[in-house]
Amino acid sequence: MSVAEPVTPVMSLRGISHSFGAVRALIDVDLDLHAREVVAVVGDNGAGKSTLVGVMAGVLVPDAGEVVVEGREIQLTSPGVARQLGIATVFQDLALCDRLDVVENLFLGQELRHGPLLDEVAMEREAWRLLSQLAARVPSVRAPVSTLSGGQRQAVAIARAMLGEPRVLVLDEPTAALGVTQTAEVLNLIERLRDRGYGVVLVSHNMADVQAVADRVVVLRRGRLNGDFDANATSYEDIIAAITGASPRPSRPVRTRRES
Amino acid sequence: MAVSPADRLSSAAGPAETAASRRSWLPGGGPRDWRDRELGSVPVLVALGVLALIFQAFNGNFLSSDNLVNLTLQAATTGVLALGIVLILLVGQLDLSVGAVSGLAAAVVAVGSVQQGWPLWLAVLAAVLMGAAVGALYGWMFTRLGVPSFVITLAGLLVCLGLQVRVLGSTGSINLPYASWLVRFSQQTFLAPATSYLLVALVLVGSAALRLLERSRRMEAELPAASLTDIAAATGWLAVAMVVPVWYLNQNRGVGAMFALFLGLVAVTDVLLRRTRWGRSVRAIGSNVDSARRAGLAVRRVYLSTFMACSALAALGGVLSAGRLAAANQGTGGSDFNLTAIAAALIGGASLFGGRGSAWSALLGVLVIHSISSGLTLLNMDASIRYIVTGIVLALAVTIDSLGRRRAEAGGRRR
Repeated sequence: MSVAEPVTPVMSLRGISHSFGAVRALIDVDLDLHAREVVAVVGDNGAGKSTLVGVMAGVLVPDAGEVVVEGREIQLTSPGVARQLGIATVFQDLALCDRLDVVENLFLGQELRHGPLLDEVAMEREAWRLLSQLAARVPSVRAPVSTLSGGQRQAVAIARAMLGEPRVLVLDEPTAALGVTQTAEVLNLIERLRDRGYGVVLVSHNMADVQAVADRVVVLRRGRLNGDFDANATSYEDIIAAITGASPRPSRPVRTRRES
Repeated sequence: MAVSPADRLSSAAGPAETAASRRSWLPGGGPRDWRDRELGSVPVLVALGVLALIFQAFNGNFLSSDNLVNLTLQAATTGVLALGIVLILLVGQLDLSVGAVSGLAAAVVAVGSVQQGWPLWLAVLAAVLMGAAVGALYGWMFTRLGVPSFVITLAGLLVCLGLQVRVLGSTGSINLPYASWLVRFSQQTFLAPATSYLLVALVLVGSAALRLLERSRRMEAELPAASLTDIAAATGWLAVAMVVPVWYLNQNRGVGAMFALFLGLVAVTDVLLRRTRWGRSVRAIGSNVDSARRAGLAVRRVYLSTFMACSALAALGGVLSAGRLAAANQGTGGSDFNLTAIAAALIGGASLFGGRGSAWSALLGVLVIHSISSGLTLLNMDASIRYIVTGIVLALAVTIDSLGRRRAEAGGRRR
């Protein structure tokens, strides 16, 4: 199993803080992500997972802190910027446009063109190729995504994230809406993506998924980092304890930040 | 640019998919393009046919080529406004001020060219740019200040009405000289029969060529492609749909230049909507603005451009109606012009909830609305009946659309 190599992370979050009014959703969060690594971000409801996804996706501009991609400090001011910098996000609600078909959704915002006009043929060919890699059975790439099942929609959203050579893939609860077989497919896919060199951030509260694919587990609790574990050397109970705050100190904290 | 990751990842695929196995996933086989879209317009086409039969039964002049030529000329100005409305509806917004903007544009043309002595082309350009500027202001208020488009454009309607009266000044009505090219273009210019058939032939050959080209490209890419029979059938239908009306209009004065301009605008808008990034952004934003934003689309810019296009088209419609009436007065673009244009877009199949509709909605919608008004006029019915009938047809059209959509969604979910 490939574990984090001691090289520059592909993406680092440094001291990220963000508030919604009086609610402090993220407080001084650090996160390093290396290539060929799956980092699971776990936490209870309201722990700040979705806010963290928003920051990495460029949807939310954090109040404080910085994002470093391959050694350069960058401003993720919009989802488009995040994509250009190689950070692709699959949102929990998938962020698909129901009335557009599969091809249109896949290439939304990064359409292939043939002169000034869209190159539908090339896009459709790529769509089939991407979807067949995901072993996704879509009835037609020209069907509106509103007619697809949950698993098919998930596949479309993941395929879209894989377009355009991302280095980092952020998956927000990718298996929450899926059945058993489809969940296994997505987990296989995550391992394949890791093996191909992507850095993957897997946001989940399904501990079975996390233990199946994660190399590291980062725990958020009430907006703060509450533990950073090596997934292979940590027990399920330790992680649960860090999530719920049941144990005053996580048993193997690699790095824990607390404000005094 | 997006080709490379797929290449990189292609080895990750399981057993290589053959073209045949891919094709088996497609229940319908061929591309959905023209068939599905035509199905979407079927209710409107049926409505047009029924209206034509009813009016023809009561008054034999309704389907005379003379009356139909008049109908196309009346439809053209409303149609240009309706086209703008279709655009703004596609992004899920509404512009209530198209009538007032068109009236203001008419006033600008008349005052500029007659009273100020500007060259006519300059006055026309100024009017259209004024429209675009109004749209830019709407777009700015909508995207930056977050004011609902309903309120912005309602305010815009009142302001433009006031400005129109101001611009026209104390006389309240300005006549355009009959000799000016704008008036001649809008009233008396018709395509020569030869020209009209040549244009039809060009469109047919072009469309067949594009379909064949697409077919060969799709086959090269091992994608399901339309059969030659499909292409022949599609081209045949298109030929019938174009040649018959053109031939019939040519029995009388022919295809009005203004109507031809409207058709051209519809065709160009259709290509922009279906085949460009901008058009795809428009439909995506109308479908789900939040998803569109997270997909990295420049949502604000698209809103801004759509508001500008809508108002500029409204101004162009006003210029054309000034030409058609050879005058601009306080009533230009007033009374029901506004609501007729909005109703036309909705009857033609554009949805108030965004993301649905096509440029052709504007054409179909204005044909329905002006058939009603022309037919009732022939029957000596006054405006009161026309309003009532148009209102009922609008309600019917939107109801059929809603029911059809609900059924389609229920059918999709079952899968």
